[in-house]
Amino acid sequence: MEAPLQHSTTAAAGRAAALAVAYLNHRRGGPSRGLVLRAVTTTTAQDIDNIGRKYHLKLVLEDILEKDNIVNCTAEILYHLGKENAAPDVHFTIEGELKNTDEQDNIFYNRIKSLKKELVAQNIPDSHGNVPPEMEPIRLLARVAAGYVIWQNSTENTRYELAQIKDVRQVKRSDDYLEFDYMVLLHEFVSQEIIPWQMTVLWHPQHGVKVTRNSRQPKHAEY
Amino acid sequence: MRGLVLLAALVAAAAGAETFVGHQVLRVLPGSAAELRSLRELQELEHLQLDFWLAPRGPGAPVDVRVPFASLQPVKAHLEARGVPYSVMIEDVQALVDQERTQTGRRRLLPASTDAFDYAAYHNLDEIYAFMDLLVAENPDLVSKVEIGRTTEGRPIYVLKFSKGGTKRPAVWIDTGIHSREWVTQASGVWFAKAIASDHEKDEGLASILAEMDIFLEIVTNPDGFVFTHTKNRLWRKTRSTHSGSLCVGVDANRNWDAGFGGSGSSGNPCSDTYRGPYANSEPEVKAIVDFVKNHGNIKAFISIHSYSQLLLYPYGYTTTPAADQKELHQVAQKAVAALASAYGTAYEYGSIITTIYEASGGTIDWTYNQGIKYSFTFELRDTGRYGFLLPASQIIPTAQETWLALRVIMLHALEHPY
Repeated sequence: MEAPLQHSTTAAAGRAAALAVAYLNHRRGGPSRGLVLRAVTTTTAQDIDNIGRKYHLKLVLEDILEKDNIVNCTAEILYHLGKENAAPDVHFTIEGELKNTDEQDNIFYNRIKSLKKELVAQNIPDSHGNVPPEMEPIRLLARVAAGYVIWQNSTENTRYELAQIKDVRQVKRSDDYLEFDYMVLLHEFVSQEIIPWQMTVLWHPQHGVKVTRNSRQPKHAEY
Repeated sequence: MRGLVLLAALVAAAAGAETFVGHQVLRVLPGSAAELRSLRELQELEHLQLDFWLAPRGPGAPVDVRVPFASLQPVKAHLEARGVPYSVMIEDVQALVDQERTQTGRRRLLPASTDAFDYAAYHNLDEIYAFMDLLVAENPDLVSKVEIGRTTEGRPIYVLKFSKGGTKRPAVWIDTGIHSREWVTQASGVWFAKAIASDHEKDEGLASILAEMDIFLEIVTNPDGFVFTHTKNRLWRKTRSTHSGSLCVGVDANRNWDAGFGGSGSSGNPCSDTYRGPYANSEPEVKAIVDFVKNHGNIKAFISIHSYSQLLLYPYGYTTTPAADQKELHQVAQKAVAALASAYGTAYEYGSIITTIYEASGGTIDWTYNQGIKYSFTFELRDTGRYGFLLPASQIIPTAQETWLALRVIMLHALEHPY
């Protein structure tokens, strides 16, 4: 039996919207494309007996690198009742076209492939919010991978954002993939915790992003 | 820590405020409760002008104190008579200050006026404290600096008072930086201070506010945490106190207030980023404001500023029971948010804390509201997560400008609706 649709609180809607954006970045993001939330136009929530709570969202998204590229998106999120370890179900449809990024992707790919030494970097953005332009694709790639990690670890009572890349190291590979080992910091809103998370990320212009390994890391007591 | 205080001494000396010739810094090691008591006795004697760099915490914890030349003999005699061990850590503070001064190095030049200050950059504690002194010096008829307490690590906590006269006029309180990692807030606080000093005559609304009300502005509400974000961990949120022998440090200053203290919107785990502390007002940073508000008794609007998520919030966070003035607060918030958006189109949500962001127990504005300060609001400034706490410095001024428009709305409403 489904309870009637109700307007959820702004807090709950905010968490559902953040999850939708994370999932969208996981599915549609890349080193040349990151999606940010511009507006939430509607949110409704529905309790489904013995199953969980389902959110219907209408979102407006913006491409980080192409501010004028706006798309509308409808998303449905089902948080499973009593199954805190199960990732929520997310389905979405995007109206409108996302800009093709093949050219920038290939430029990035070739640049990294031609590096004499494996790429290593820290603190992106830095303390003052700066991101060197050549690091922007590395950061967007982290957003894609973090989108996956966030989706897998989200519940109705969490909201995660990627706060910072602490460390990123390129891993040499003999095949065509690029591999990066990231240590990122996730910010969880409700607990306000900063959570270190390791992610091993593979990327190929034609094959997209894969997170082959990821694990939550312990926090230092003082820090 | 030492370098920091020396820089502060340097600034004070540069401003002609003090010299430290012959001053010594003693490290005192009270081993027992009795020894600690005799140290505290010294603390009470204001005429000694003791400056605690490391405040007394408990038996066994070292206490560092700068002793002016004239007080050296009586202080040492007092300690020796009671068998309290101490050593001389710095033999002559002025010699060290002079040494630092001649060192060419990475230290940035301090601006000579608030017009030369870079508002589009993030600054450290020393720079902000120097800014405050400059602003006071440039506007002696409008601005004064009040020390409202000391932090766990012994740093002074300052509030700027903007007043055109009168005694205990109805007042507006604004604080920024209670959570140290929210850097755009302290930076905005600096901008607000300059804006008030610059515009208090040409901005009619501001002039009308200051004709009848005072404005109190606490720019760095959590100085210890702020220093920590510059030196060790950019994403540190809490204070830097240690409690109950836990390895973990710090209390969430926005869960430490006596309003729904201990509720499920806070944590009892010292390692948590929402740790409430061992008891309400355990944090000197919080207690200082509580004491100030109670002693003042005439604060009419209280605004505590955080980042991020672009929200304007009113009580309550610890209960779903609506505040008695919910309707009016909601209307004020609506007007304030519209004013904010008029600058750059930045969109804010607004509502009560618990429905708009999350359950939060022991929060600042729930306490101030329960004290009878009707216009109690919390802001969460830019952005919504793209940069989060690491907001690019290029966004400081636009953020401060738009937020100021919202603050004006709230202050004008308080002015026009006395209670």
